[in-house]
Amino acid sequence: MRAGPLLGVKLGAPLLMLWILLAPLAAVAVNEVPAANEVLTSAAAQAVDWWVWPLVLLVVTFVMGIVAVLGGVGGGVLFVPIISGFFPFHLDFVRGCGLLVALSGALAAGPGLLKANLASLRLAIPSALIASSCAIVGAMVGLALPTHIIQTALGATILGIVVLMLLARKSEMPEVPRADNLSSALRICGVYTEESTGEQINWKIHRTPIGMTLFIAVGVMAGMFGLGAGWANVPVLNLLMGAPLKISVATSKFLLSITDTSAAWIYLNQGCVIPMMVVPSLVGIMLGSFIGVRILRVAKPAFVRWIVIVLLLFAGAKALTKGLGLPFIV
Amino acid sequence: MSSETAQDAQSEQLLYARVLEIGMFIGLVILFITFGVYVSGIMAPAVPLDQVSSYWHLGVSEYLEVVNQNHLHLEHPPTGWAWLTMLGKGDFLNFIGIAILGGVTIICYLAIIPTLLRKKDSAYVAMALLEVIVLTLAASGILAVGH
Repeated sequence: MRAGPLLGVKLGAPLLMLWILLAPLAAVAVNEVPAANEVLTSAAAQAVDWWVWPLVLLVVTFVMGIVAVLGGVGGGVLFVPIISGFFPFHLDFVRGCGLLVALSGALAAGPGLLKANLASLRLAIPSALIASSCAIVGAMVGLALPTHIIQTALGATILGIVVLMLLARKSEMPEVPRADNLSSALRICGVYTEESTGEQINWKIHRTPIGMTLFIAVGVMAGMFGLGAGWANVPVLNLLMGAPLKISVATSKFLLSITDTSAAWIYLNQGCVIPMMVVPSLVGIMLGSFIGVRILRVAKPAFVRWIVIVLLLFAGAKALTKGLGLPFIV
Repeated sequence: MSSETAQDAQSEQLLYARVLEIGMFIGLVILFITFGVYVSGIMAPAVPLDQVSSYWHLGVSEYLEVVNQNHLHLEHPPTGWAWLTMLGKGDFLNFIGIAILGGVTIICYLAIIPTLLRKKDSAYVAMALLEVIVLTLAASGILAVGH
């Protein structure tokens, strides 16, 4: 089978769909989008037609969806710092929207990952119970604290994620000499087939109590910043607890559907959800991820990973300076 | 992933996946349809489309106060499940899909509890029940916060 034309056909449908969505609006938008130096102010936001900002969100999140997949990160970790740093939306709504975007992506991916036995329900249930409970606490604290403190902490967290991305080495198949007592008692183990070799892989985990303890922090941060938490889940599951990388990535994605649910409800009940922001962002990220997965089959993602790191560095610095009331280059 | 290995996935995992798939699909479809109804103007929103951008730079507390004062005229700003009483408005209609997406995980957990009970997997039954309680508590609106 020739990959080129097939890829073209597979890429064609969503691109056509996006073009149909965007073309009529984009034609008019050329005359409506404010000047570049005004784009980021709330006054400019009010000066343009109502549909311009959802359209801009759709386009930006579409690109974000592609970059996130190629860079190996979740959409939420890009969405919150970039949209809160460079767009006129208040951080409260960006966090609510970010959680729903991450939640929808996780809900959409969950069934396939579970059916393929890549996401492990037995591994996810105890982790999710801790993370989702703590995400409620994180969301409540995050909504109670003044915005500039959250913005500053968000900036520091994003810069921390950049360091984590630079330093953490993933392990395809970590060595687990012996399953610990807790994971043995809970029967957290599994089998999956490695597609590239056809080999049946038996996996088990260790250091479960420490890993579960770390999910307290993961949950709190997910709820507080609305980031999703794939960036933290994967290192805990893979590097610390010794789950194979594929199992870790898939279980982490599925885990978000539970962790983000609890936090999203707190934001939703508090009034932090504006449909005009949520739906275009959700469609944009989903379409972008759809295209990104197809590009991933032929692209070399190492370069894109560096783009993600630079983007996060930029967005983290912006959030930090915005929170501290310091000047920034944009 | 081979079909044999996929079949190794435990029965509660496959059940969870099936329920999640249906709930997620229904939630997303409803969300897209209601958003279409909202932006097309078929159902008038509580906050006119051309005024939404006037408010989203405000913090949530101030946003709710101002929107309530200018458009809703309720006794209290609408938080929690108050949106249920305003489903006749295009913007609030969108919360149906969002609530389904937020609620599907609770349904998934409830669906697997009988399977776990049959297997006498008491630790996972307890964790699944606790998760249902945690998520229901979050969804209930009891846990209110403010700046």
